[in-house]
Amino acid sequence: MINKVVKNADVAIADIKDGQTLMLGGFGLCGIPENCINALVSKGVKELTCISNNAGVDDFGIGLMLKTRQVKKMISSYVGENAEFERQLLSGELEVELIPQGTLATRCMAAGYGMPAIFTPAGVGTEVAEGKEVRNFNGKEYLLEYAFDADFAIVKAWKGDASGNLIFRSTSRNFNPIMAMAGKITIAEVEELVEVGELDPDQIHTPGVFVHRIFQGEHYEKRIEQRTVRPKS
Amino acid sequence: MAFSKEEIAKRIAKEIKDGYYVNLGIGIPTLVANYIPTGINVVLQSENGLLGMGPFPFEGEEDPDLINAGKQTITTLPGSSIFDSAMSFGMIRAQKIDLTILGAMEVSENGDIANWKIPGKMVKGMGGAMDLVASAKNIIVAMQHVNKAGESKLLPACTLPLTGVKCIKKIVTELAVLDVLPEGGFKLLERAPGVSVEEIRKATAGKLYADDDVPEMVID
Repeated sequence: MINKVVKNADVAIADIKDGQTLMLGGFGLCGIPENCINALVSKGVKELTCISNNAGVDDFGIGLMLKTRQVKKMISSYVGENAEFERQLLSGELEVELIPQGTLATRCMAAGYGMPAIFTPAGVGTEVAEGKEVRNFNGKEYLLEYAFDADFAIVKAWKGDASGNLIFRSTSRNFNPIMAMAGKITIAEVEELVEVGELDPDQIHTPGVFVHRIFQGEHYEKRIEQRTVRPKS
Repeated sequence: MAFSKEEIAKRIAKEIKDGYYVNLGIGIPTLVANYIPTGINVVLQSENGLLGMGPFPFEGEEDPDLINAGKQTITTLPGSSIFDSAMSFGMIRAQKIDLTILGAMEVSENGDIANWKIPGKMVKGMGGAMDLVASAKNIIVAMQHVNKAGESKLLPACTLPLTGVKCIKKIVTELAVLDVLPEGGFKLLERAPGVSVEEIRKATAGKLYADDDVPEMVID
């Protein structure tokens, strides 16, 4: 067994430097690495490029790193829930690259699968296509999109073991498994760190080979962005 | 009488067939889930990684790990499955999803759609919309016929940044059901009860083709 366990988020992110590129898992506030985000805010590392589907909300998730102006550039598909983000973007303080969600996912996947690029029809004929190679396959046009190149991937899982095997829960899976595969160094924070051997090999979503550091996070808030319910009748 | 949002959703729900896998966008499309005809089997896809989206949870049973693409708390159903974002867009790109229903700011008479950006004002992003419109074989746009300023959203050409080109074939608004013709132009198929062809023509900036006798929309 190769032991990947580190003590906590501060240790896990200790060598992240100014100007580096980070992937952060999650969709909205669902399945985000809360502990590592807090640690990044405490560390104060800056000029970061963050690849994440969304940018959090004003006072939670990546929104916390925007407030402290630690992010130089965001690469996301949708940022509608964050007023501070929109303000920094419209005023030119923050660089942003908005890309289609499937393109974002597949550029992560390509990196994790060791492929330099992919072709996708998303964005053909739109401003997303500007400056990109277009190739025709079987009468349909596709854009050449490159695999992401991230220094670190930071993901959140439900359960993990010391060798880095991960299991995600429900829709908090989202971008986490593909980002876990894509980082040069992958940090996983988990709700429950279990003994090696406890996880059923058939149920593992991310094999430990992709994970370099793992720790059990604490005080998960798991904030709900849109609480929608139906009455008990 | 122009249709309400709920009535637009009801009319669109009639397009859903037994055995369909359907992706519903945010806004009016989300309401369509409430009106899926009984007695047919339909599976709703949420592009954040769920097939078999169920209704909102009962109060007190919300699970922060279980949301839809609109970030709303939802439930699963017997037979639901969960997957990562790459697989989610894999099934979209490979056309495993039979029907996509989404909102729009503008649709042009050649089937272009704009729904993700108003330069200088609104920069929320395209989310999964560009992937969906680029790959879906069957897309229905659900939207208001005119914007808040009273300007037509059915145009000769889109003025806003595009989401996709030549991809929209059907539109349902509070006034009408229209097809986008392969050679260009909107073909009026149905009108809301009591709404005249002339009223629809006035609200449509793009080319509108209408037969002499256009039936009224039926929702029940």
